[in-house]
Amino acid sequence: MEFNENFILGCSAIGAGLAVIAGIGPGIGQGIAAGHAAAAVGRNPGAKGDVTSTMLLGQAVAETTGLYGLLIAMLLLFVKPLLP
Amino acid sequence: MRQGILLSADIDFMIHGVFSYEIFGQTVWITTTHICLLIVVLALIGIAFAISRVMKKATEVPGGFQNAAEIIVDLLDGVVKGGMGKSAYKFMNYIGTVFIFILICNISGLFGLRPPTADYGVTLPLGLITFVLIHFNKFKHQKVSGVIKGLCDPWPIWAPINIIGDIAVPISLSLRLFANVLSGTVMMALVYGLLSVIAIGWPAALHVYFDLFSGAIQTYVFCMLTMTYISDAIGDK
Repeated sequence: MEFNENFILGCSAIGAGLAVIAGIGPGIGQGIAAGHAAAAVGRNPGAKGDVTSTMLLGQAVAETTGLYGLLIAMLLLFVKPLLP
Repeated sequence: MRQGILLSADIDFMIHGVFSYEIFGQTVWITTTHICLLIVVLALIGIAFAISRVMKKATEVPGGFQNAAEIIVDLLDGVVKGGMGKSAYKFMNYIGTVFIFILICNISGLFGLRPPTADYGVTLPLGLITFVLIHFNKFKHQKVSGVIKGLCDPWPIWAPINIIGDIAVPISLSLRLFANVLSGTVMMALVYGLLSVIAIGWPAALHVYFDLFSGAIQTYVFCMLTMTYISDAIGDK
């Protein structure tokens, strides 16, 4: 079956939109990490520096899965691998 | 319709070829990444020469430029010592170099360059260097028997999964850095391209977030993970 170019580009755009739904997971995860860090600082304000740096490190690692979704979206939109 | 989805043509965050030459029958392009990388490296070399000239006639009580250099070295040494503990002295030079290089690359978006780390060709070698360091130190400190024992961790049947896990390390390290910097670059390009009429002054706040904050955090994360993996490979003796 033969598809024309615009159809493929449109489907790529839909796929890119679906791919960035991956951002939900890291959002929830980072929120949980930040909440627990806030609780930890509330319990032990002296350890604020350590807690903050650990939280930022963990959040940056958790962010990776969301960024993979973003990468897929970028590939679909700008590299256009599906075009013949 | 070939120019694709973006209707407005002035959004620009892609890598451009500047000129090309032929070598061994292959066409090799010199891109904007090469040029930005060259600028960053030349700037770093210039700073290094300036610092070494100052340090040749270092004074007991540091002042001005010497003070700044000592603060930077002290900070980096503190980061490496916090991350690696006893074996920090062997890796201070490497981690410090990578830290400064990635940091300057990430914040070079502030100076109007396209950040070189927003090109997978720059971050993948950094990840591969980490990979080589991890496995060199693993073989050096745990010997072959230890490596085989580590591969068959719970049971020998898990070996393929452990190998996939080892291979995923450099890929995830480099993709994390690349995607973070690329997303910042794309955001800034969208702001300047789509809102070019009203983009006066306030994008500075976005620059602070996307270039400075995100860049610094990702630099720290890259170095921290490299140190964690290497000290994991060395093991605690």
